[in-house]
Order: sequence, then C-alpha cells, then structure tokens
Amino acid sequence: MTALYGTTGAIGLGLVLGSFARWLMLRVDYRNYPSYPHGYVTHLALGVVAAFLGAVAVPALLEREFTAVTFLALATQQFREVRSLVRDSLHELEEGELVRRGQDYIEGIARVYEARNYLTMVVSVAASGAWLLHPVAGVAAGSAALVLSLAFMRGRQVGQIAVVRPGALRFQGPSLFVEDVYLMNVGLARARARIKEWGLGVVLDPKDDNARDTLASPGQRQAILHDAVAALGVRKDVGVEEFTPLARRSERTGRVALVLVPMEPDIRALVGAVKRTPVLEASRGTALRTRAGRLAAD
Amino acid sequence: MDARLMKHILAVVTLDPGVVAGGVPVFVAQTEQEREEVAFLLGRILEAMVHDLGNGAYVLVRH
Repeated sequence: MTALYGTTGAIGLGLVLGSFARWLMLRVDYRNYPSYPHGYVTHLALGVVAAFLGAVAVPALLEREFTAVTFLALATQQFREVRSLVRDSLHELEEGELVRRGQDYIEGIARVYEARNYLTMVVSVAASGAWLLHPVAGVAAGSAALVLSLAFMRGRQVGQIAVVRPGALRFQGPSLFVEDVYLMNVGLARARARIKEWGLGVVLDPKDDNARDTLASPGQRQAILHDAVAALGVRKDVGVEEFTPLARRSERTGRVALVLVPMEPDIRALVGAVKRTPVLEASRGTALRTRAGRLAAD
Repeated sequence: MDARLMKHILAVVTLDPGVVAGGVPVFVAQTEQEREEVAFLLGRILEAMVHDLGNGAYVLVRH
C-alpha cells in the first residue's frame, strides 16, 4: 500500500501535535511541577523525542521498515527512566520539605510523568497515521487524541470523592479535636493558644466506601496536607512540632479531619486546596469493586 | 544522613517526680509556669513535640 499523502507532512504534523500535547500536559498539572525551570527543559526535550518517534512509526511501517518497532521499544525504556528520574529527584528534595509529599504522592507523580510521554506518542501516532489518509483527518485525529489524553490525565480529585467542609477546632484539656475527631495531644499552653488563634480545621466526609478507604490511606492524607501547605503556607518551622499539619480519621465514621496552622488563614482557600488534591493511584480504595465489599457496604 | 530516635520519649518534665521511673531524663519543675517554660525550651532544642499526660508530667517525643 502506498500512502496517498506525503510522509513528510505526516511526520511534521505528528511532531508538532505531539510536542504541543506534551507542553499542554506540563501546564495542566502545575501542582506536580513546583517551578523547576530546568525540569521543563528536560521534559519538553523528551516530549519532542517521544513525539518524533510516534510520528515516524506509521510511515516507517508503511515503508515495510519493521525495525521501527525496536525504536519504540527503546523509547519505552527511556520513559521508564523518566519515572525513576522524577522519583529520585523528588525523593531527594523530600528531606528539605517542612511538610513532606510522602512516598505515595511521589510515586504517583513519577508514574504520571512516564504516562505523559506515552500519551504524547499516542497523539503523534494518531496524527501522522491519519494524515496519510488525508491531511484534514490527520489534524482531526491528532486533536481528538490530544483532547482525550488531556481528559485522561486529569484524574480524580479529592473533591469528587468526599464532601469537604470547614470544621471547628476545639481543645478538651490538651487534646485537639476537629468536631468529634481526635487529632493530637498538645502539651504546651502557648501552643494551644496559637492553634486556637491561627489554626483551621477541615472535615472530609467520604461519599462511599471506596472513598472511605482512599482517605484511610496515610499516603493520600499526606498528599492532601502537602498540597494544602503549598497553597496556604504553614507556621511550622524546623523544630516547631506543634504546628505540624495532621489528618486523622474517626474510628467510628471513617471521616477524616485535618488541622493546619497556615500563614494565610483563609478557610475557603484551604477547602479549595483540599478538594483539588489528586486522588493517588496507590491509595485508591476499591472495596466496592469486590463482591464482598459490596455486600459489606449495605 | 542523620539517624534519629523516633516515637521515643526523650525527656520528661514533671511537677511530681513520683509519676516517673526508669531510664529517661527527668526535669523536675516547681511551678506550672516553670514546667511550661522548660518543656517549651526542650521541645525546641530536641525538635520534639510536648505532650501532656494529664498527671503532672509532660513528655517530649519526636515524631
């Protein structure tokens, strides 16, 4: 079979749309990218390589150049390395964080980075393959793949699985509660006074049993705290343990309450930041997908 | 890489030495104000959280 339209155009379009997709994906999830300009360069460069590999795949196969497949295999190898690269670098930075991301969040981010390169390739394969049939089809298929991959990358957010609302802080002796959920024992009277003055409480009511199990994961809760602190700041410092943000669950209801002593005591912003935290793949509860879990749910 | 003792009682600050026994540094305070002050300083120095056991003793724990 010979192509109806030129392979140069196909490769060109695949390269452009694929690279564009990678660039868009850098921006979609800005929270995973706390302003490391050199990281942008690294990932964009890899994205261009991924797009190029995707773009040449279909034209090469049509030319009966089956060795092109080995290049794709090579590419996947590279992308796996991206994953460990992101994981390692975030892991190193973890030491310097006041409020850590946690292993689960780092693993989630690393996987997302790997997946983004595959999606880049999908976009460029779709665009270049369809271009060979007709240029308009190429643009259409590439754009469709792009929109789909952006939707795919969006993932779920905590606000979709739980009702997030402000919760009142109270002390009972040294014990800090948010509504009926016990959080911690604060010994120093001055620390209690500060927490009363500046602290904010949030309650997360899981919408179903899957959500309950997701919120039970300490990794998911650490991710929520990290994102909340990234948005509102924290009064904690090295050696100042009493302002450590915490998220604890009620053993009776599975409800999660968190306390944060932010630099910007804006409860609406805090609720928003908690809602927008991504649901981590590693923490996602799946109780309702099992027969026993469904039985137990009612 | 520094190794640290976690979830370990690093020190006790108490009004009543009778409530503590065993191998842990105990700081006896005469007044509640002194207990608060000593516990605060130790908390900062040891990078530890101060917990109130409710029996007159404050314990310092690194989490």
